[in-house]
Amino acid sequence: MDIKSAAIFFDILYPEIFLLAVGMFILVVGNIFKNRTFLAYLALVGLIGALVLTLQQWNAPQSGFYGMVQIDNFSIFFNVIFLSAGIIATLMARDYLRAHNIERFEFYPLILFATVGMMIMASSADLIVIFLGLEIMSIPLYVMAGFFRNDPNSNESSVKYFIMGAFATAFLLYGIALIYGAAGTTDLRRIMTDLGYLVSHSGFFLYSGALLVLIGFGFKVAAVPFHMWVPDVYQGAPTPVTAYFSVAPKAAGFAAILRIFIYGLGGLNELSVIFWILAILTMSVGNLMAIFQTNIKRMLAYSSIAHAGYIMVALSVGGDGAVSAAAFYLLAYTFFNLGGFAIVTLINSRTGSTAAIDEMKGMSVRHPFLAALLALFMFALAGFPPTAGFFGKFYLFSEAVKAGYIWLTVIAVMNSFVSVYYYLRIVVVAYFGKADEEFAPVSFKPAIWLVLVITAAGTLILGLLPQFGLQLAQMCMFSFK
Amino acid sequence: MLQYLALAAILFAIGIFGVLTRRNAIGILMSLELMFNAVNINLVTFNKFIGPDNLVGQIFAIFVIVIAAAEAVVGLAIVLLLYRNWQGIDIGNINIMKW
Repeated sequence: MDIKSAAIFFDILYPEIFLLAVGMFILVVGNIFKNRTFLAYLALVGLIGALVLTLQQWNAPQSGFYGMVQIDNFSIFFNVIFLSAGIIATLMARDYLRAHNIERFEFYPLILFATVGMMIMASSADLIVIFLGLEIMSIPLYVMAGFFRNDPNSNESSVKYFIMGAFATAFLLYGIALIYGAAGTTDLRRIMTDLGYLVSHSGFFLYSGALLVLIGFGFKVAAVPFHMWVPDVYQGAPTPVTAYFSVAPKAAGFAAILRIFIYGLGGLNELSVIFWILAILTMSVGNLMAIFQTNIKRMLAYSSIAHAGYIMVALSVGGDGAVSAAAFYLLAYTFFNLGGFAIVTLINSRTGSTAAIDEMKGMSVRHPFLAALLALFMFALAGFPPTAGFFGKFYLFSEAVKAGYIWLTVIAVMNSFVSVYYYLRIVVVAYFGKADEEFAPVSFKPAIWLVLVITAAGTLILGLLPQFGLQLAQMCMFSFK
Repeated sequence: MLQYLALAAILFAIGIFGVLTRRNAIGILMSLELMFNAVNINLVTFNKFIGPDNLVGQIFAIFVIVIAAAEAVVGLAIVLLLYRNWQGIDIGNINIMKW
């Protein structure tokens, strides 16, 4: 494996360039043609093409743009997560947007551009590029949150997301500026090699910079003192967008956090304590607040906060094993969380739906198969075997135990038990809830069937044959150790 | 160098204060710009005093300016929509969703 470096090498960014090109093409074509139904397929072609191009780079670490962009198995693993989330969200979005009369073709380029930003975030080895990727990701997301242009809820969601997002970005930037001031460079590789010297020489700037960067990403992945915006934004945004929010930007944030805090600043062991506290706060608050929710989207928002808490366990532990456990968990989470949201999208596509939990009543009578899938996804979210959720948590917590974090593991496991309550409540409502009126049938479209099949297959395959996914995750390492 | 850093820190603090206390959406946008510009002062200062042999800090500052402009465009568009649907841009009133 020869590692290229020190020059531009556009070819390592082919997946990103391809996605960008398709996105621009859709923007142009969409303005020319009256019949725009094919544009969703074009977006899918772009995402699948980028997926193929990305997979070709597996196991051949390369670096380019003078070391600023780093393609290794870690970045490819995360790129696959972003692209799968993009594909699934696009499939969900088309029928949902049509049902709500807001199908505008600009939606698909926005997803593509956001995905490009995430891929850049995961592939960068330089703080400037991470920041650029973050913004390329965030700006389309602000627009997507407000995609119901005439719905006050969606406006509120969008403005809250924008203000909190920009606020977080400012913290992140200030932190990066301080790290630059301490190290004289923004290259994570050089920061890593000089870390000992930097700590003794300009430790104050380095530590305060690291903390501010952590605050910035804490907002992005919804860690607990910085989570206030999450429920409102998730509830107000269109449901497929919420589904995308709950998976892709979170995975991108964790990719950047892992890259910065386990690779670049991995030598700052004191930060482990902060991650310890953040992990416990995040999962406890997320799980406890989720119990009281009556809206499914809001409940899943708190549940996504709790899942961010589980992944933070890996950050506290550190090391290669924890990185691959976190990557595996994020892959599994992508499938079962998007699956859960696909069902919410179906429910929410009916006219007059506000996605209240009570709307699930009578589902098992009318659509027994859908109710069974709902139960599968909820069991996976709660972490029951033989689903992907169980093995994701199992690997995460066993890494924590191996590294001696017994209390953290105990609290995390207790949190999983708490979460069983509210996930199972949805299943109970769907199966045993007495409906006041007949369960209004949902309209199945082929796209949503495809989504349900993909996510259910992912949840079950990663659950029944976990060694396959785990082997891939264990190969997902940073190059340049 | 410390004077410049102190100036940036004060600007940043004013920005945070503005974001947290302003009720007018445009006021919040202005405070956000203040925070970004504090970062720019920091970057250029560090470039001048710590690594004058390369221009990483100055280039980064240009990137930040461009990104801040893009964010302002999206932000103003969102505020415009807000004004249309709520007949006002007072953030304090905009909370249908709670808990």
